Amino acid sequence: MSSTDDIQAALTRLAREESGRVLALLARRFRNLDLADEAVQDALATAARRWPVDGIPINPPAWLFTVARNRAIDRLRRDTTARRRTLAAAPDLIQHDDAIAPSTSDPSIADTMILEHDEHPGADDQLRLMLLCCHPALDRDAQVALTLRLVGGLTTTEIAAGLLVQEATLAQRIVRAKRKIRDAGIPLTIPADLNERVDVVLSVLYLIFNEGYLSRATDTIVRIDLVDEAIRLTRALADILDDQPEVLGLLALERFHRARSATRIDGAGDLILLEDQDRTRWDRHEIAEAGAILLRAIRQLQPGPYQLQAVIARYHASARTAADTDWPAIAAAYHQLHAMTGSPVVRLNHAVAVAMADGPHAGLAALELVDGLDHYHLYHASRGELLHRAGRHDEATEAFSTAIALTANDAERRHLTRRRDASRRAQG
Amino acid sequence: MEYMILLYSDESFEMPAPDTAEFGEFMGEWMAYNQKLIDGGHWVAGASLQPTATATTVTKTFGGAPSVTDGPYVETKEQLGGYYLISAKDLDEAIALAKQVPIPAGSFEVRPVAFRPDAA
Repeated sequence: MSSTDDIQAALTRLAREESGRVLALLARRFRNLDLADEAVQDALATAARRWPVDGIPINPPAWLFTVARNRAIDRLRRDTTARRRTLAAAPDLIQHDDAIAPSTSDPSIADTMILEHDEHPGADDQLRLMLLCCHPALDRDAQVALTLRLVGGLTTTEIAAGLLVQEATLAQRIVRAKRKIRDAGIPLTIPADLNERVDVVLSVLYLIFNEGYLSRATDTIVRIDLVDEAIRLTRALADILDDQPEVLGLLALERFHRARSATRIDGAGDLILLEDQDRTRWDRHEIAEAGAILLRAIRQLQPGPYQLQAVIARYHASARTAADTDWPAIAAAYHQLHAMTGSPVVRLNHAVAVAMADGPHAGLAALELVDGLDHYHLYHASRGELLHRAGRHDEATEAFSTAIALTANDAERRHLTRRRDASRRAQG
Repeated sequence: MEYMILLYSDESFEMPAPDTAEFGEFMGEWMAYNQKLIDGGHWVAGASLQPTATATTVTKTFGGAPSVTDGPYVETKEQLGGYYLISAKDLDEAIALAKQVPIPAGSFEVRPVAFRPDAA
């Protein structure tokens, strides 16, 4: 007999690792996302109720699939009966469409076989579901919420806590997104322009990662670590897409960051700069694994922005001390990254790396090329830093003041205020 | 499904004068696009509108008498200049068709049709 803890762990695994796949399979079979979602939620609730009594089934995913599929069929039968009654009573109220009918071939046997024997069961279905959740016709917040909910198998409560939003707000977001999917006819298909659509999925996953990474800075204790969830989903995407290099690039990038996350914040909740972090507390095992993943990506010789960002993270992670950092290499990588993305933020980072490699004057010259970041606090913070190092303290004080006015994050504001005061003192 | 594609673009853009070579090219692109919709079984309806200078807005309020004012409903940088009503299998197909509308710069709003009394 399994212990309560074992059963809890198996239930969590079922929701996180398996429910997305089962949902993807059912959504396509029944051509109805809502129906599939409800059926899977129902089946998960049944598992939570039955497993402590009956024990954990031998093949949990197959169990989940069968129970959820039966639920969906029951629902359809009930709906069909209700429709038939209404049709008999008031035929003009019913629209005639066949979308509600399940696919004609019986899905049960074939799908259970797939779940049991295929190494990547339903990989295409899972990809379809991810692409659907990250469809460009949905707004960013909806993409994030849907991905965590439907692909990641998290509950609305867990996601709301992770994203630091009200549960009602998040639930509303999901309902609205599902309604748009249904009413606007957003399809569960793998499109011809797959790369473009995968790029959207990657940006959503990276956003989820960053949400988690930044909220680790807050005092709030969140039950769900979005950093781990984003990494899990990125790894799943890498499996589905057969180690596509940019997906591996993002996975490596996320893991390099996770390796350093424990040293980003001090006991008082203040931000610790990379150069001041205790490098002995970086997770060496995590860094080694991230490095291996990055190598697997780079060997495919199809460079991309995520791989380059991972390369930069690797230079930082492999420097034993801040002074050992290979800044010229990092500056070169940022230069390449800018050529790929044209992003002014990348150009800003390039200027900072140039300053570290060749001094503040060279950095300030590189900063002259940055355009359109007047409202970005890190632009003014970096400029303040370089001006301070160049001995132009009055200008530095002014730049830090602008940065302080633009930031919304408390830890960052405290840090910037300390820097401004240092410049002001140096001004004499 | 059926989708409405509302075409918004800068109406101050000048159309080439008839009897020039540019005009032939300009019209040719539109004819080709329309033909493509027809051949693909997507065509339901479509029209281009006179500029917003010809627009009149009728506004009704609860309990009040309808008012009639000169001009379009909203003054925007890009103006509603025409529409297509198309049939497509899903939003992705509708978006792909909207991307091919031969207007070089503008915004095309794609909306599913909820109900059309004269639908086949």
